[in-house]
This record gives sequence, structure tokens and C-alpha cells, in this order.
Amino acid sequence: MIAQIIGTYVVGIALLIGSGFVIVGVIGLLKFNDSMTRLHAPTKVGTIGIGMLLLASMVHSFVLGETSLHELLIMGFLFVTAPISANFIAKVNIHRRACDTPPPPPLDDTWSTLNVPEMDREPDTAS
Amino acid sequence: MTRAFNWLLPHPFLTLLLAIVWTLLQNEVSAGMVVFGIILGIIIPWSTSVWWPDTPKGFRLGKMFSYSLIVIWDIIVANIEVAWIVLTVPNAKLKPAWIVVPLELREPEAITILAGTITLTPGTVSSDLSDEGHSLLVHVLHTDDPDGVRDEIKTRYERRLKEIFS
Repeated sequence: MIAQIIGTYVVGIALLIGSGFVIVGVIGLLKFNDSMTRLHAPTKVGTIGIGMLLLASMVHSFVLGETSLHELLIMGFLFVTAPISANFIAKVNIHRRACDTPPPPPLDDTWSTLNVPEMDREPDTAS
Repeated sequence: MTRAFNWLLPHPFLTLLLAIVWTLLQNEVSAGMVVFGIILGIIIPWSTSVWWPDTPKGFRLGKMFSYSLIVIWDIIVANIEVAWIVLTVPNAKLKPAWIVVPLELREPEAITILAGTITLTPGTVSSDLSDEGHSLLVHVLHTDDPDGVRDEIKTRYERRLKEIFS
């Protein structure tokens, strides 16, 4: 019985922390005014925010006596796929010149996203 | 013996991973499902091994485990730092920066893990790779010391990844 009460409190705290980080991520998305800085807000939601919500779900199922480990899989898939989508959005920003052009790399010629033929380049849209 | 082993299990860690993922998907541990997971873990890497010609030579599972723990701890700390930046630093005072990280890692798998780690740690997003793969472009949300961030990535993550893939 006591274990159930403690479990309920743990679930509540985890839900609060998780939704708190989600709110901060949304505030960041609304507040920043540059496409590259905006990209930083969702990475935060994807790690701690969702992680704590999934932890709450896992503890809840244990308190009810049903073990559920699906949440570990969700977390694993999120951690593997989130960097890829962030990388794609960053590449689109660089390609469309929607951000400051990055400094050239020291060892090679150019960044792979900027390595396109002259006629395929996007017009300069940086403001 | 080793050749038969390599032929049957071209990617032993992938076999293990597939078996664990299959068991987790069932949401219950029963002998039948574990056996079926192992069968899947043998068939899938074997039938797709044509498209995976290069196995990373060395891979130290124990060091990878401690590396994951360090990364999880860093994610928690960086989350709080970035939440503080989001809530308190006004847009005009924000100092975003591009950081160029020269890479010593050569294995594509190791560079992928490094880039993923950088993106998962809030405050930094890995954005691009140079055309020959010798440097990584990282965007930082707010920093006073870009060189310090670069050195931290190199000493904290890249050095450990070099030990894992050696």
C-alpha cells in the first residue's frame, strides 16, 4: 500500500517535470527569432520532456502491477531519430541561406551542403 | 570456426539488439518469444549483410555503456542550463555561434554517434559535415567561449569514442 502511494507521488513529480520542460521548449520555439536558434528548442523537448513523461508511464504501470517496457523502446527510437531530423532542418537552413553562412572548414574545401553546382544554388534569402 | 561464426553472425551486436527489441515489443518475457527474437536476429543481419560491407573492427561494449551514462548525465545538466537560457536571456543578448570541430575519428559509425550525441545534448546541434568528412559543423545556442565548447566536445566525447572504436 505504501509502495503504491510513493509510486503515485513519483508519477506525479515525473509528469510535472516532463511537462515543465515541454512548456520551456514551446516558449523557446515562440521566443527565438532565428531559424537556427529555434532548432534548439525541440531537441530539449525530445530528450528530458518526453523522457520524464515516459518514465511516469513506466512507473505507473509498475504501480498497477503490470510491467510495461515499451517506453524504453520509444525512448530508444526517439534518441536515434531526433538528431537526424534536426540535422535535416539545419541542412535546409544552410542550403537556403536562412542563417549566417558558416565559416569554411579548415581541412577540406567546403561543407557538404554548400557543395552544389552554381546553377542549383538558392538565391540569397538571408535578411 | 571463426569463419563460420562470421558467416552466420556478420554483426553480432545487431543480432543481440534485434533479439532485445523483439522481446521488448512483445512486452512480456517468454521463452518462445526470446527464441523467435534470436532467430530474427540471425536471419535479418545475414540477409542484409550485402549492404553492410564494412563492420567496425573494434567495438568495446563496456566503454560504450559508461559513455552512455556520461551522455545521459550531460543531457540532464545541459537541459537545465538551456531551460535557464530560454527563460532569462533576451533575444538581443543571445550569442549563437558556429563551431567547427576538426575530426580525428574516421569510422562513419563513430562520427554518427558523435553527431547524435552533440544534437541530443541541448544547446548544441550538429549541422553539417565537410565534403571529405574531416570536420563537423556545430551550432551553439548561447556561448561566450566557442573555443571552449569545441575543446569540451573533443576531450569529453571524441576521445572516449576513439577508445570505443579502437
